[in-house]
Amino acid sequence: MVADLKQKYIAYRNKRIIQKGPSSFKRSINRSKGGDAAIFILLGIVAVIMVLPMVYAIVQALKPLDELWVFPPRFYVVNPTLKNFSDLFRLMGNSWVPFSRYIFNTVFISIAGTAGNVLLSSYAAYAISKIHFPGRKFLFSVIVYSLMFNATVTGITNFLLMTYLGWVDTYLAVIVPACCTTFGLYLMKQFMETSVNDSVLESARIEGASENRIFWTIAMPMVKPAWVTLIIFAFKDLWNTGQNMYIYSEQLKTFNYAISQIVTSGIARSGVGAAATVVTMIVPITVFIISQSNVIQTMSTSGMKD
Amino acid sequence: MPREKAVIRSDISKFRWTLLQMKKNWVGYAMVLPFFILFFMFTVIPVVLSVVLSFTTFNMLEWPKWVGMDNYIRLFLDDDIFLTAIKNTMLFAVITGPCSYLLCLFFAWFINELRPKIRSFVTVLFYAPSISGNVYIIFKTLFSSDQYGIVNAYAMKLNLIQKPILWFQDENYIFGLVVLVALWTSLGTSFLTMIAGFQVVNQELYEAGAVDGVKNRWQELWFITLPSMKPQLMLGAILSITSSFGFGQIITDLVGFPSPNYVVHTIMHHLGDYGGMRFEMGYASAIATLLFFMMVGANLLVTKMLRKVGT
Repeated sequence: MVADLKQKYIAYRNKRIIQKGPSSFKRSINRSKGGDAAIFILLGIVAVIMVLPMVYAIVQALKPLDELWVFPPRFYVVNPTLKNFSDLFRLMGNSWVPFSRYIFNTVFISIAGTAGNVLLSSYAAYAISKIHFPGRKFLFSVIVYSLMFNATVTGITNFLLMTYLGWVDTYLAVIVPACCTTFGLYLMKQFMETSVNDSVLESARIEGASENRIFWTIAMPMVKPAWVTLIIFAFKDLWNTGQNMYIYSEQLKTFNYAISQIVTSGIARSGVGAAATVVTMIVPITVFIISQSNVIQTMSTSGMKD
Repeated sequence: MPREKAVIRSDISKFRWTLLQMKKNWVGYAMVLPFFILFFMFTVIPVVLSVVLSFTTFNMLEWPKWVGMDNYIRLFLDDDIFLTAIKNTMLFAVITGPCSYLLCLFFAWFINELRPKIRSFVTVLFYAPSISGNVYIIFKTLFSSDQYGIVNAYAMKLNLIQKPILWFQDENYIFGLVVLVALWTSLGTSFLTMIAGFQVVNQELYEAGAVDGVKNRWQELWFITLPSMKPQLMLGAILSITSSFGFGQIITDLVGFPSPNYVVHTIMHHLGDYGGMRFEMGYASAIATLLFFMMVGANLLVTKMLRKVGT
């Protein structure tokens, strides 16, 4: 019986491929209905697990005070209110330093660091992938090794270095190290290598254009997805800058730091805390949604060939 | 591709040829210089310096004093908390590293089976926790220690427990919960790499495979997809491993520092304790140096293993 059905199915499939061409059946090659269903259910369950905490944060942020203390707590809100958000802004107004100062700090750090990062790593990536100077392979392998450890390792000695430079408690201590994150350079180099055409560069060189000019007028326009991605990654990291061991004075602390002070400052403010969480997560998620196709395109060339 | 390779010069030595190339392409050095000066200052020097300082005692007031292996001897023979920290860090990395890698791989695969529009929507859902800063703090509300925490509330309502569980203070639960939260935030860059990797596989290979006897999606994954996206698998592994050593901040935010009975005390915390609070910089450098070799060692080991897969 089953074998019979299978025969019929294969006959049907072959007929359809002959009638409409192979592309009409592309998605169904080797795909069973049961498998599709299982994957769909599994994806659904895990997607709910991923989203639920965030949804709960949003629900908590919209609850009025009496609903926050209902037992058992509800996963939905009956009378949504924006009071927690207005309370949050009121609390911000009462902070020691004007709250606009925290926002300014975050925006300033994010923009300056992102600009420096994208500029420096694009220049370096262009040179490594397109100019054949001796030693470029070595430099790139150093970059690959640097992906194998994170900033925790260098934290202590960086602190000593910052002290020596006199950068402790200045913007420089946050912005300058952010300019040389190696993952950005790695992504940019991989993308340039595959998507910038060597013969175009060559003819520009023969015309007598300087490398700097070629970089700005030919290479950079061709790698738009890559620098969009670099901007997103650098911006995301800097935007999420919270407590930092180099920054002491309240005037230089970031929005994220101030928010986390509110979140952790006691259970009585759980609604306000949730509102604060919602505020912090909105910016990076929105930025990612807008730029998703660029990011995926960049990541598709990011593989590590050896 | 490199045009220089085509020119075979027998009239000059390799050394002279290299010098010529260096002179001809000097602009390349000028372009990498700004980045690599900063990279050298904030990554290379710190790593080297921490290796050097790990053989000294240094309190930032006096000049460092050479003590040889004393710091390392003290770490392994005299510091019980460090041994706990090493055990926890390893356990944490061994659990979260592979788990997050497999989660990234399989969910990227599942998502790739969806239609393009739904695909990008679901990608956002899975990726969002990892980019939203400290949104994981919400787990403190979900697993709150009173009956207003949603987990306690429902467990009590269903009569599973009689009184609220102190989730983030009870030694039995902390480790598991922290791993859970870490995994929740771990579908990051590595996940995006995999998503992109599935999309670049040449679609014609699947049709050719079907003709050659690939029967189901598992075989398709194993024989066609994974070999085609090996570069992405390598990068994903490195990113997953490196981040599996870096969940210290999440632990501090959820459990506090120090954690009850040091159940989730990791090397990152030990480092922060000695470097950021006690200012024993020599000792802290020894910890950092060990952490460095652990991370790089784990990465080299795994990439070496992955390189063998499918060859």
